Amino acid sequence: MSHHIVELKNLEFAYADGTPALRGVSFRIVHGESVGLVGANGAGKSTLLLHLNGCLFPVGGTVQVGDYPLTRKNVDDVRRRVGMVFQDPDDQLFMPRVFDDVAFGPLNLGLPRDEVESRVHGALRQVGADHLAERPPYKISGGEKRAAAIATVLSMSPDILVMDEPSSGLDPLSRRQLIELLRRFRHTKIIATHDLDLVLDVCERTIVLNGGRVAADGPTAEIFRDEALLMANHLEKPLRMQPLAGC
Amino acid sequence: MSGAGQALGSLNGLDGLGRADAPALRVDPRAMIVTTFLFIAVVSSFDKYDLLGLLPLVLYPVSLMALGRVSFRRIARRLLVASPFAVMIGIFNPVFDGRIIAELGPLAVSGGWISFASILVKFLLTVSAALLLVEICGFDAVCFGLGKMGVPRVLVSQLLFLKRYIHVAADEAARMVRAHALRSFRRRGMSFRVFGSLCGQLLLRSLDRAQRIYNAMISRGFSGRIHLLRERSVRGGDILFASLWIGFFLLVRLYNIPLWIGTLVLGSLA
Repeated sequence: MSHHIVELKNLEFAYADGTPALRGVSFRIVHGESVGLVGANGAGKSTLLLHLNGCLFPVGGTVQVGDYPLTRKNVDDVRRRVGMVFQDPDDQLFMPRVFDDVAFGPLNLGLPRDEVESRVHGALRQVGADHLAERPPYKISGGEKRAAAIATVLSMSPDILVMDEPSSGLDPLSRRQLIELLRRFRHTKIIATHDLDLVLDVCERTIVLNGGRVAADGPTAEIFRDEALLMANHLEKPLRMQPLAGC
Repeated sequence: MSGAGQALGSLNGLDGLGRADAPALRVDPRAMIVTTFLFIAVVSSFDKYDLLGLLPLVLYPVSLMALGRVSFRRIARRLLVASPFAVMIGIFNPVFDGRIIAELGPLAVSGGWISFASILVKFLLTVSAALLLVEICGFDAVCFGLGKMGVPRVLVSQLLFLKRYIHVAADEAARMVRAHALRSFRRRGMSFRVFGSLCGQLLLRSLDRAQRIYNAMISRGFSGRIHLLRERSVRGGDILFASLWIGFFLLVRLYNIPLWIGTLVLGSLA
């Protein structure tokens, strides 16, 4: 299924002040793959994600999502296929009620009301947040916000799920629930995170970014075993792979 | 909790009743908005000495409180917060307008005192009506109602986002103030330089957040209009609600009902 594919070729981007953020990033992600995007602060992870649904446009290279190359002309088609979950759920939940937030995307797609309603309830059920539908987003907990934020993109039936730091700010139980939820999704997933244990649980492939370049790309277990590589990229082995000390 | 924190907390509670599953008074926000605006216009149009003519209009907020089961204390608390502004507007009237225009038995009352009282009554009526509009319909429903009545979409979105994000911005400001206080030791207050820098930081952070929110919106197909799934249509009961109240306001405006009742009672006594 070509519409689940994400392909970047020599992607380059520099901010308005000239600071280069991405310097020739290339990779291809195929249908159903779960890919962890890891790297130090400022490595270019969030900037890269913003290119996947046209919040930013490359200054060089190409982004292909499914059958569509990312251009200003077909950005709407790209956005329909890529569901982006932002780092801070407060940025994603801007409507008066969770229900309205989850319905926001489907309504913008111009879907019939019955269809919107069934998609909203379906998405909320999928993340176990059906009971939050009538609640204002600022009155729910961090874990609930994260679940609701994921529901806001699931209701658009995206082919590809893109997440920026999905586990940040979550308590251990909420984090574990999130991991279980992500494992259930059959979507193509791209997850940018510092939570390497989450990557180990959810992603079979990992891409390491360093200074706007791909420093490594391969099976997660293999990458996380390479201590020298991790060290060079300001990373360390996931806690689960570290030897127990002093216990 | 700080004063600002309490004020923000009360803002949170503004739509508590409107959002309830079974609100005591189900009126379309548009009918309530039109009625409230006309009520405010009628109250404002009374002459500054016509205190008596205003009194029947008390029926509107009192009825809404009863029908909407809004507690008097809830409204009174908010009126109290805003009252200093009204008091400041009229406080000098008794000083500058000493002309006696009424006598209550042996007590001569100057025009200044009557106009001061009139300002306070107008304030109580108009502000309580506006508060009840938001209490009964909910702030968001009022915003969407305004949008349906032709108020520019940009303004409606601004109002919605203001309510949604004022807490987020206030939390951010509170964290910055706390961080400043923790490193200020015995120095009290904040210098202008620090205050300016703090405001600038807050503005920049808010701009960043606005960009992120916009990104989240366009990612889900936003193209300038916020749609809602459950939009009410105006029903016969809403039109009846608005018509009856507007009729009552006009009646009160055109005829001095208290004077008429007074004359009637005194005439029958004579």
